[in-house]
Amino acid sequence: MPEITEAPVEEPRAVSAHVGVRVEQVSRTFPRRGGAVEALRDVDLRARPGEVVAVVGPSGCGKSTLLELVCGLQQPDRGTVTADPAVLMPQRDLLLPWASALDNAALALRARGVGREQARAAARPWFERFGLAGFEQARPAALSGGMRQRVAFVRTLLAGKPVLALDEPFAALDALTRQEVQAWLAQTLAQEPRTVVLVTHDVEEAVLLGDAVVVMSPRPGRVVATLPVALPRPRRRTDPAVVELREAALTALGAAA
Amino acid sequence: MSGALRRAGGWLPALAIVVALVGAWELYAVYGNVDSLLLPAPHEVATALWDDRALLWDNLKVTAGEVLLGIVVAAVAGLGCAVAIHLSPTLRRAVYPLLVASQTIPIPLIASLLVVWLGFGLAPKLVVIALIAFFPIAVATLDALAAVDPEQRRLMRTLDASRLTTFRFVEAPAALPGLFSGAKIAVAVAVIGAVFAEQSGSDKGLGHLVQQAVPQLLTARAYAAVLILSAFAIALFGLLSLVERRALPWAFDRRGGPAR
Repeated sequence: MPEITEAPVEEPRAVSAHVGVRVEQVSRTFPRRGGAVEALRDVDLRARPGEVVAVVGPSGCGKSTLLELVCGLQQPDRGTVTADPAVLMPQRDLLLPWASALDNAALALRARGVGREQARAAARPWFERFGLAGFEQARPAALSGGMRQRVAFVRTLLAGKPVLALDEPFAALDALTRQEVQAWLAQTLAQEPRTVVLVTHDVEEAVLLGDAVVVMSPRPGRVVATLPVALPRPRRRTDPAVVELREAALTALGAAA
Repeated sequence: MSGALRRAGGWLPALAIVVALVGAWELYAVYGNVDSLLLPAPHEVATALWDDRALLWDNLKVTAGEVLLGIVVAAVAGLGCAVAIHLSPTLRRAVYPLLVASQTIPIPLIASLLVVWLGFGLAPKLVVIALIAFFPIAVATLDALAAVDPEQRRLMRTLDASRLTTFRFVEAPAALPGLFSGAKIAVAVAVIGAVFAEQSGSDKGLGHLVQQAVPQLLTARAYAAVLILSAFAIALFGLLSLVERRALPWAFDRRGGPAR
């Protein structure tokens, strides 16, 4: 029997594993007509492996740019970004309208060259777990907003990356559905720990889900406060400690604006 | 009200317009001061349609074959151009202006050249039809490819998808509605192309029939041939719409998604 001398190439990106996310003194400017737009200035952000860091800020504070830097889709002008391989979950679910829910989730594996049946088989158990059983063959148009978001999240998890970059994943949902999906995400992350950078404009959501809340200023985006959230889970929005942290974050946001 | 009746009701406005137009035409042709060699009355066209039915049918088969084959050639060429231009910015700059320029070529100008090169057979007809029908297919497909959400491409990159994988799973399916839109426009221009091509060197086909009928003072026969060409184009257009609905049901979803 031939001896295996070399490990099979598994990791697509050679990034030092288990650093979580480390963003140090990062600045990013975009050239635009009529002058440059400074999106980020001297931003620091740290998410240890398994930690959830929520980033809140007004629109146009460079939150999406920050996530693209974490995902390696952009490079900083100054400073360094070190991160384990990350997968992006954008605000809109971006499900493919022609593909079934199951195939949309399996896309994460198909993208890496996994065969169709194998990818579907890998996605199927997640549908059971996430209350999507019976909707495998439904096209996205037939699903509710909350279900679509869950399918998108299965796709994100199946990518098998240690870091999840979530870009306002619940912003497009109505208030009731949002609460439901937030609770569901908290529960899922408890079972499937990942390093998460969660961008949101909802301060309450940040406090409910994050191990730390990073508050950013309007353009150019700077970090004005980092609030650790040392509260046990599950958290309730009416818990006095949650309310207190929410007010503290809102104050920091208000001071920055 | 039953479903069948309601469906029939949907056709009523179209039917009313056709009846009104044909009626006005009939009145003008019969009572107006117009030579029936210039404008035959509808009843004369109907008579020609019936009397020449064998002749018209034989020639329709020729023209229909040319159009169908021509559209297939046009679809292959248009799709090829669109994909190549989409994947290569260099090709976009180099080839796209030429595609536009190709549409300004007056067909009669090159028709004789094509006859000299390719003879009187099927080949020069296919070239003419494909030349004018590939353009709407290429442009509509390109637009659909360009309309893919850039965020979707970024997402695919974080899923470690290669450029080709993204094309296969995201861009190619998204381009299909564009391909169909282009093909539906192509149907109409392909019929015009077939007529032009037949008139510049052919001994059969409905275009040839029209060309022969006019100097023979058989204007009603020419109109009958045109009527059949229109009906053929409408039938082809309808067939494409039907296939589109069957093949791309997601593009007709009304709720949610970027369906168009």
